Amino acid sequence: MKLIILNDYEQASEWAAKYIRNKILHFKPGPNKFFTLGLPTGSTPLGCYKKLIEYYKNGEISFEFVKTFNMDEYVGLPRDHPESYHSFMWNNFFKHIDIRAENTHILDGNAADLQAECRSFEEKIAEAGGIELFVGGIGPDGHIAFNEPGSSLVSRTRVKTLAKDTIMANARFFDGKLSKVPTMALTVGVGTVMDAKEVLILITGAHKAFALYKAIEEGVNHMWTVSAFQQHPQTVFVCDEDATLELRVKTVKYFKGMMHVHNRLVETPPSQQK
Amino acid sequence: MPSNKSVSDAPISQFTNCWILREHALQREDLWVREGKILDPEKLFFDEQGYADQQVDCEASIIAPGFIDVQINGGYGVDFSQPSEDVTAGVSLVAKKILEHGVTSFCPTLVTSPPAVYHKVLPQIKVHNGGPHGAGVLGFHLEGPFISLEKKGAHPERYLRTFRSGGIEDLMEAYGSLDNVAMVTLAPELPRTQSVVRELCQRGITVSLGHSVANLSQAEDAVQHGASFITHLFNAMLPFHHRDPGIVGLLTSDQIPGGRTVFYGMIADGIHTNPAALRIAHRAHPSGLVLVTDGITAMGLPPGHHTLGQQVIEIQGLHAYVAGTKTLSGSIATMDMCVQHFKQASGCSVEEALEAASLHPAQLLGISHKKGSLDYGADADLVLLDDALNIRATYISGEEVWRKQA
Repeated sequence: MKLIILNDYEQASEWAAKYIRNKILHFKPGPNKFFTLGLPTGSTPLGCYKKLIEYYKNGEISFEFVKTFNMDEYVGLPRDHPESYHSFMWNNFFKHIDIRAENTHILDGNAADLQAECRSFEEKIAEAGGIELFVGGIGPDGHIAFNEPGSSLVSRTRVKTLAKDTIMANARFFDGKLSKVPTMALTVGVGTVMDAKEVLILITGAHKAFALYKAIEEGVNHMWTVSAFQQHPQTVFVCDEDATLELRVKTVKYFKGMMHVHNRLVETPPSQQK
Repeated sequence: MPSNKSVSDAPISQFTNCWILREHALQREDLWVREGKILDPEKLFFDEQGYADQQVDCEASIIAPGFIDVQINGGYGVDFSQPSEDVTAGVSLVAKKILEHGVTSFCPTLVTSPPAVYHKVLPQIKVHNGGPHGAGVLGFHLEGPFISLEKKGAHPERYLRTFRSGGIEDLMEAYGSLDNVAMVTLAPELPRTQSVVRELCQRGITVSLGHSVANLSQAEDAVQHGASFITHLFNAMLPFHHRDPGIVGLLTSDQIPGGRTVFYGMIADGIHTNPAALRIAHRAHPSGLVLVTDGITAMGLPPGHHTLGQQVIEIQGLHAYVAGTKTLSGSIATMDMCVQHFKQASGCSVEEALEAASLHPAQLLGISHKKGSLDYGADADLVLLDDALNIRATYISGEEVWRKQA
């Protein structure tokens, strides 16, 4: 595991975006070789998406040969609802870049047969050759995607009932009315993300500090589903100073001492230098 | 393979590098067009997995809905109220010329005329869409002859009429047909107006109040029966008085039925309405302001002397004088000038200035689902402007119909 500690949200977003950019560039995607990227929604990755759009507009990267798979989507929410994850991805990422619609994959929460939709999502990931890099965020309770506390750490894509806390937290996006908040979602499983070659998890803000502590300093525990990635061979946690507040000084010092090494991962590749 | 053939195989244009006027704000968004209509790119992406065939770099232009002029009497030497065998040629000439001023549809306006003129002119012009040939015609605006003698303005007195038989018969007798009429300006104080207003509204024709000495309660009564517009506010009506505000009082009346808006025309050329009066109206009732040119025959002609009909007109700047006098012979400001002047004089936002020439007239005519907005599904009638609101290009149904030469 790598833990990358940056000063603030902006820097953490930029570091993550550069990391993704370099992964795509090194992969050298082409018509017969697509880069597969798992993507999250929510407020945490917004800064990272903004940077990726900037790199696209500067001509540093293209998404023409990138396939994306999103982590989750609400059940029963119209696709064009402003809070749907389809709308989120369109407004915050897809409409700004050169990705082709047929290369984007978001679970359909309005599918007639939700189970079949989940199965077919797993199949599409497999057909694409698995996920090269899965980017995620976490909730304050340590959930990754909609794998709420107590979710199986070997779970696959499935229908999940949302935790009361999540529903309450989401009410602010639905006119403050609990009755309007979707209560179910389709989500990739912890196991689905675990299968990715590499996982990058963004954690920022003091309210996520306890979750980060649970993720990396305590044992693997299904009540903090993100802790499962301790057993993943290639995981990068990217966080800001605030998110480290609950960590041991020793942990923070160790990883800060590694930054000069880790920063090489985000240097502009020679091919891109002007 | 731009889009899903099961929906449409028509080419898709994506206007990029622009600020588009949507939901009362200039937004940094691309504008997508297919088959002459504004397309929802999110639906295109997710439902059809489609994308654009062609990208149009707008060079940081503002994109607004095409302007709509609901009151224009002519221009470029043409007077719509002059009976001729070939009215179509005159309307077509004006329709073509106003493209460069951002106008994509308009209501050719006839001033008070004898029945013979209406009977001759009206059947020659049908409502039709715009295109490279010129701006679209939304229907005639018939200003008179059912107006007040005292406030006739430049309308010829001998042709004024009243409602004698008390209904649509009088209208039919005067006009001959209402088939291609979008709006009628009348004076609500004329006896038996109520049933005429109702009848016109039932036929989908907008009723405007003007050239009138109506007091406020008469005006309110007409609005309650369906009237929704005031023809060139302040002009040809009683001046505002605090004990009887007259038609002007409609701007702040509490007798307007719920859900309805009274719109009012403004000639914002800096000459026909004092900027202070313009500001009073705008601040009292911003959502009802509709910019009109009220352009006359001389609109669009170069400075100098022009012989128009029986008159010689001298154009100096924005003034059109009866030659050798200081008598104004009418408005010659174009719509783009009116938008610029309105913004400058009222201190309103760019968005408000543009909507007064697009959204508001469309709402007034009940066509805001297809004109006057850049909402998905609306007609792609567009005007591209620079930051100072000079017109760079005009599009109708997604097709470029005018572009400023570099």
